[in-house]
Amino acid sequence: MRNTPWRSWAAFAVLATALAACGGQSPTSSGGSAAGDGKTIKVGILHSLSGTMAISEVTVKDAELLAIDEINAAGGVLGKKIEPVIEDGASDWPTFAEKATKLIAQDKVATVFGGWTSASRKAMLPVFEKRKALLWYPVQYEGLESSPYIFYTGATTNQQIVPGLDYLKEKGKKKLFLVGSDYVFPRTANKIIKAYAAANGMQILGEEYTPLGHTEYSTLVNKIVEAKPDAVFNTLNGDSNVAFFKQLKSTGITAEQMPVMSVSVAEEEVAGIGVDNVAGQLVAWNYYQTTDTPANQKFVAAFKAKYGQEKVTSDPMEAGYNAVYLWAEAAKKAGTTEVEAVKKAAAGVSLERPEGQVTIDGDNQHVYKTARIGVIQPDGQIKEVWNSGKPIKPDPYLRTYPWAGGLV
Amino acid sequence: MTAFQDSQPAIEAPPPDPAAPAPAEPSVTGGPSVTGGPSVTGGPGRRARLAGPAAFAAVAVVMLVVMPLALEPFRLGLLAKYLCYAIVALGIGLAWGKGGMLTLGQGVFFGLGGYAMGMYLKLHDAGGDLPDFMVWSGVEKLPALWGPFGNPAFALAMVVVLPVVMALLLGALVFRQRVRGAYFAILTQALAAALVILLVGQQGLTGGTNGLTNFFDFFGQDLAADSTQRGLYLVVALVLGVLYLAAWQLVRSRFGRLLVAVRDGEDRVRFLGYDPATVKTLTFAISAGMAGIAGALFVPVVGIISPALLGVVPSLELVVAVAVGGRYALAGAVLGAVVMGYAKTYFSEELPEAWLYLQGALFILVMTLAPKGLAGVAAALRHVRTSRRAAA
Repeated sequence: MRNTPWRSWAAFAVLATALAACGGQSPTSSGGSAAGDGKTIKVGILHSLSGTMAISEVTVKDAELLAIDEINAAGGVLGKKIEPVIEDGASDWPTFAEKATKLIAQDKVATVFGGWTSASRKAMLPVFEKRKALLWYPVQYEGLESSPYIFYTGATTNQQIVPGLDYLKEKGKKKLFLVGSDYVFPRTANKIIKAYAAANGMQILGEEYTPLGHTEYSTLVNKIVEAKPDAVFNTLNGDSNVAFFKQLKSTGITAEQMPVMSVSVAEEEVAGIGVDNVAGQLVAWNYYQTTDTPANQKFVAAFKAKYGQEKVTSDPMEAGYNAVYLWAEAAKKAGTTEVEAVKKAAAGVSLERPEGQVTIDGDNQHVYKTARIGVIQPDGQIKEVWNSGKPIKPDPYLRTYPWAGGLV
Repeated sequence: MTAFQDSQPAIEAPPPDPAAPAPAEPSVTGGPSVTGGPSVTGGPGRRARLAGPAAFAAVAVVMLVVMPLALEPFRLGLLAKYLCYAIVALGIGLAWGKGGMLTLGQGVFFGLGGYAMGMYLKLHDAGGDLPDFMVWSGVEKLPALWGPFGNPAFALAMVVVLPVVMALLLGALVFRQRVRGAYFAILTQALAAALVILLVGQQGLTGGTNGLTNFFDFFGQDLAADSTQRGLYLVVALVLGVLYLAAWQLVRSRFGRLLVAVRDGEDRVRFLGYDPATVKTLTFAISAGMAGIAGALFVPVVGIISPALLGVVPSLELVVAVAVGGRYALAGAVLGAVVMGYAKTYFSEELPEAWLYLQGALFILVMTLAPKGLAGVAAALRHVRTSRRAAA
């Protein structure tokens, strides 16, 4: 019995040739102007526009595009307009790596702004290191990384988690319960929290992980209620927060009795969770929509003017917005968009941004950021109740913290 | 429930199906074909006999010679990725198209092969130290499970052995119990979901959600070099070609006929004295082995293996690709994987905001207009042409 529909093989051959043709054509069809020559400078914007992370990452993409518009309106960089090339990471880590390669190899972008999850950053890291290209990563993360080809404009642990713990300690919260999504950020964060607790006479009553996207929290909340901690440290991500806070609220325990300190809940997420469920709870970030700086008033107004009055701004959005400005400033200083020159020029670049003064640390390519603890208000905004007073030097490996000695 | 099972053969195998293996084809009988009269070139039987190998050779030349010359390294790398998926699709074509076993968990076997390769590469790069992700996950010494994967021969063997053994065990369990149809499909899907949870939960052992990435060296070749990627592409294309020929031979063999017979009437085959469970288990194991090989090739080509690549969604995507290409023909399955892979890249690059809708629309369009997929269209065209010639 034979069944080679050879014609479909022939069709395959035709298709494959078409594929070759398209592959050969696309560099020209997408305007093969490499960064630097031509009239524009291309930059990549690589966030999830589909999938579970889209809800968060689209807002960062919008903020980055706003920054590009503003810089272009002010004359661009090195006399040229910035041209964004947008790709969809699709909430899928290998896709991030593929699209990063495409942006670098085919579009020849000067730099890429992108990523949200640590997994997407880890997937892109080898691409940028091997091709000696530049990535600006705008989200707070778990630290313990310092790639020479990545600039980290979000907080590392000593600018968010450690100040969050300092705040709880100051408030006399000695017994903590740790809740997190099951991936690298919560697990690493909790490792740091445990080391901190051990050195500061705090007690960890429990440590629980749920898969990303998990929405059934009655068992977990019961465990917390039974353990009776002074506070909960929450590293849950995305939708899980909705179910978790709803369940917690149904127990009748208030934020005054047992506050929850969250590090992945910002203005955007508060709306999704429902203000009623989270009002009064604590969050740790470096920026809030309410942060009172002249640059922030301008940023919030510009964002609302471009995307709608009902839109909110959040920490990762601001970090993405900053990233574009920091890169543009470094490129101006370098006089070119060439990667090594920009990297060199970036050290020490300092700008007044919505969150206050930000300065690039030349050693680890993170930025100095002011830590801010906030309380979620009934109107969905976040009110700052504490800040570090001055920008904190980034320390991704926590080398200046004696208690963290055994971590790395 | 029984209605589903009863109705299944009708769905799976409409007997006079041009794309499906027809009971009597010219090459077997050698005599004049049903459709055409004698012709100058020695009869359609002989022509048809030569056409298959000729087309295969043409495609082989295109893939092995034209493509590496025509495509820039990045695009060639993407094509290599589609071909990895095509190898999985070939296995699905065998198990589902020929054997009627709708497997929604092929990602499991793909993942086993991929992780076996990834573990070796990670250990090789670490050169005696702990792999990077273990360091930041707080693992202090190499887990016992990892030890043997430092040996390339062991790791390469595991690429095939793990998926095959797992499929044999699963097959022996379920096919003996006469689990089939939707129940088998659900079971395989549950397996994919379970493996993802297992991998994500064991971060120190598996890299968790991040998976294994950041590989540098592939058997002495620098993975960042274009020449390595070109070489890898050729390896993937060759492997696909060899596996295709092997699958094609298998389908032509007595075993293959038995397999199709099991698909079309399992009980009848049993009454004739054959054991359908063995036939199905072996086929399922072969398709699992193919997925394992694909997974292992995928790792150096793409540079990452993560749970996101082997869960329910990617497994379904592959089944969709096979359906689009035409599951009754092995070539259709391969074609479908390449078309859907290419469509995904193309749509997502051209319309990053709306590509998923286009991808979905493509599937719906093909399935409504051509339920037997692209291979079905090709076969229908051929049918039209031959009958027109016969009428003339």
